[in-house]
Amino acid sequence: MSRADFFDGLRGGIPVALAAAPFGALFGALARDQGLSLGELTLMSGTVYAGASQMVGIDLFGHNVQAWLIVLSILAVNFRHVLYSAAIARYIRHFSPVQKFFTFFLLVDPQFAETVKRHESGKPVTFAWYLGFAAVVYVVWVALSLIGGLLGSMIGDPKAIGLDILLPVYFLGIVIGFRKRDNFLPVVIASAGVSAIAYRYVGSPWHVSIGALAGVALAAVLPPVKANRKPDLAHENHEV
Amino acid sequence: MLDFDLHMVLLILTAAVVTFLTRIGGYILIVKMNRIPPRVEAALNAVPAAVLTTLVAPAFFNGGWDIKVAMFAALLVGLRFSSTFMLIAGWIVVMAWRHFAGI
Repeated sequence: MSRADFFDGLRGGIPVALAAAPFGALFGALARDQGLSLGELTLMSGTVYAGASQMVGIDLFGHNVQAWLIVLSILAVNFRHVLYSAAIARYIRHFSPVQKFFTFFLLVDPQFAETVKRHESGKPVTFAWYLGFAAVVYVVWVALSLIGGLLGSMIGDPKAIGLDILLPVYFLGIVIGFRKRDNFLPVVIASAGVSAIAYRYVGSPWHVSIGALAGVALAAVLPPVKANRKPDLAHENHEV
Repeated sequence: MLDFDLHMVLLILTAAVVTFLTRIGGYILIVKMNRIPPRVEAALNAVPAAVLTTLVAPAFFNGGWDIKVAMFAALLVGLRFSSTFMLIAGWIVVMAWRHFAGI
């Protein structure tokens, strides 16, 4: 394990952890509101570790929905991770089985995006770097869930202090970081259009999987881009 | 406060296992293919933009004008500057919009 890589990961994880922190606290507060104990909500953040699906889960707990339907909804929200783990395979072949176990357990949206970016900037994707990045985000997420649960109703409306804009803008930043890729615009337009339509006509958790599959399927059927292909993807915007 | 309800704990752990399966499932599928066909590779290359777009688009389409204008401003900033500046720009615009529009 390289200490330098680990600390590089820690530094990279800080802005992500800061952007996610208010949502961790919000999750904790909402979970208390829905009747989860502090222990239960901390267990959920620590074992599920997937913000959007945790929000969907606790929302359904409050509606007295059957357990299998809650699990199915969580599966629907998290289905995009199947795509992540397929796409990340080529970067982590050299990890040991135990390292792979933790790699997949910690594979959240920003972790995936930063891993792709790191590989494309020419820096090695080592387990030390990956773990450093994940450690900051994981610890902050679990700790802020607990704090949010403790403070409960003291956390007011995140809209009032403009926190609701942070995550969409953060994800938008990652998306435009990939704008030099082949077929970027058609993929983004397809995913945006289909996910917006699915959001409206199918319902909330499903729009992520349906929209993502539309973009990925389009990329598979479009003719390969050869003419102006860059020698590698190192020209992309790698700032975070 | 720190009590655990057995039913709830089982539900949470099932959700955790299901989530972990989605996080390892794609890897298992890809490793089983010996050679990755070009079309599959093109599809995998599209994964980051395709998935993350679905996390952005509904926020934009369903958000009010405050969110729409702030996201557009952040997009313009992001074409030139780093994502830290995008976050700052988006936050300033949304706060200013809400303040002056009285939302």
